Amino acid sequence: MLYALLCYNDEDVVWAWDKKQDGEVMARLGVVRDRLEKSGKMGPSLRLLPTTAATTFRKTDPPLVIDGPFAETKEQLLGIYIIDVADLDEALQVAKDLGDANPGGAYEIRPLAVYNAGSPQAVTGGVVAA
Amino acid sequence: MSNDLAWINAAISAARPQAVGALLRYFRDLDTAEEAFQDACLRALKNWPQNGPPRDPAAWLIMVGRNAALDGVRKRSRLTDLPPEETLSDLDDAEERVVDRIDASDYRDDVLRLLFICCHPDLPATQQIALALRIVSGLSVKQIARAFLVSEAAMEQRITRAKARVAAGDAQFETPGAVERAERLAAVAAMLYLVFNEGYSAGDNPARAQLCGEAIRLTRLLLRLYQTEPEIMGLLALMLLQHARTPARFDDQGQIVLLEDQDRALWNRQMINEGLALIDKAMRHRRPGAYQIQAAVAALHARAATPADTDWAQIDRLYAGLERLTPSPVITLNRAVAVSKVSGPEAALAMIAPLADKLSGYFHFHGLTGALNLELGRHAEARVAFDRAIALANTAAEAGHIRQHLDRLMAEHAPLGDESRPPEISPEPGVGSPTRRSS
Repeated sequence: MLYALLCYNDEDVVWAWDKKQDGEVMARLGVVRDRLEKSGKMGPSLRLLPTTAATTFRKTDPPLVIDGPFAETKEQLLGIYIIDVADLDEALQVAKDLGDANPGGAYEIRPLAVYNAGSPQAVTGGVVAA
Repeated sequence: MSNDLAWINAAISAARPQAVGALLRYFRDLDTAEEAFQDACLRALKNWPQNGPPRDPAAWLIMVGRNAALDGVRKRSRLTDLPPEETLSDLDDAEERVVDRIDASDYRDDVLRLLFICCHPDLPATQQIALALRIVSGLSVKQIARAFLVSEAAMEQRITRAKARVAAGDAQFETPGAVERAERLAAVAAMLYLVFNEGYSAGDNPARAQLCGEAIRLTRLLLRLYQTEPEIMGLLALMLLQHARTPARFDDQGQIVLLEDQDRALWNRQMINEGLALIDKAMRHRRPGAYQIQAAVAALHARAATPADTDWAQIDRLYAGLERLTPSPVITLNRAVAVSKVSGPEAALAMIAPLADKLSGYFHFHGLTGALNLELGRHAEARVAFDRAIALANTAAEAGHIRQHLDRLMAEHAPLGDESRPPEISPEPGVGSPTRRSS
């Protein structure tokens, strides 16, 4: 079953990490990701730029373009993992392993209804691959 | 666990501007606010590893800091005994109430006020920067001293003096009105850009170069509080787009590598993407400002895959707009670089000739004059200009860069420089004003 792990944390904290600290966290997460990729359980994962770079499009008539994220929360949506696991228990285990590698914040574990892989060309547009 | 400690340190430093800002509002005294925050941090280091991090670290620190400071007052006045430590560690209910009370708009004004008191007009630029790094960022005096290459004692004294000046002034604790808030934002933006420039012009001093990252962090915080301010978007975009080039700006020997010679593969794509997204957002507001225009120039460089792809005509137009908005000889100087690309070095020289008086003490003026003359094959004039530039260089890297030009001039005897390599145009565009220096 496909789940999305929505990563929430305080972006003021996460985006204040220095290069070394960021690298260490990413390296620890990379270990967990590699292991899950090898067992065919890890799908795409992505990290979002800070909410200050976000724009919200309200589908009103006429549409409204608003600066900032859709939801103003204490912890922000900072990234997403797509995982393919047997059940919720296994999804929670993945969340625990990722959480051990990167403490703080929370994961929302959300089953997927539809998954479209999209165009392979579209995922190279100047974004840094982890 | 070291993970815990790293997380706690990061949480404390992220919460610091809000917490110290709120404590300053309660106590209306900077020293008391800082001491209260220190107390709260000590308790956090003891409490958080045992009880887990609080849901809202800033609210926790404000509440504990305020209680600790009030206890201090009570203890000094011998009215009551200190409450037992246990009552402080069980804060869950109390925390919720404080969170309710810390209204989002109070929070915004607290942080803005804290940043704003560092912009006291009587304070010279270097003191504003030092004060902001000490109070808002929480860097130690030692760290700041290292960044400014002065002794710890001298920096301590500088900060103490700046604090006294601020304390003597009339910091406004009432909720600011719209006009005043806009004025404060502009002053704070200018101060943050000073912090950034201090780091950007650091050359190969890594302690000072870190100030770029700190300025970006604080500007991001400010933008989160004022999400719809195009100039703050522009300022953050400008910082990110300039800082993105850092890995390519110096060679292995610490020599400056000019924009057109930089290995663009070394540019930080993530920072560029964030900067481009921000400037796109800002432009939609149709309220241009100096930071937005400079960021737009930086964005055109970032979008050019190679130097030849640079849209110099558009850069020329942007600088023309900036000249109208904030006339300054330094902006004209930057525009001249674009003009030299679009219309040739002769036109650029004609444009900067009238600036000679005003910019006679400015490194980049002579550097550009030299480079343009060199391009025109006027070696004697180029030599004179480079000699002046080298005498005015602020960093070893700047001096070294001019030295390369001079060495090449000395080596070339042919008066017609047909075989000389294409000349380089000097100042890196984007930085709007010469760094103010004082004390």
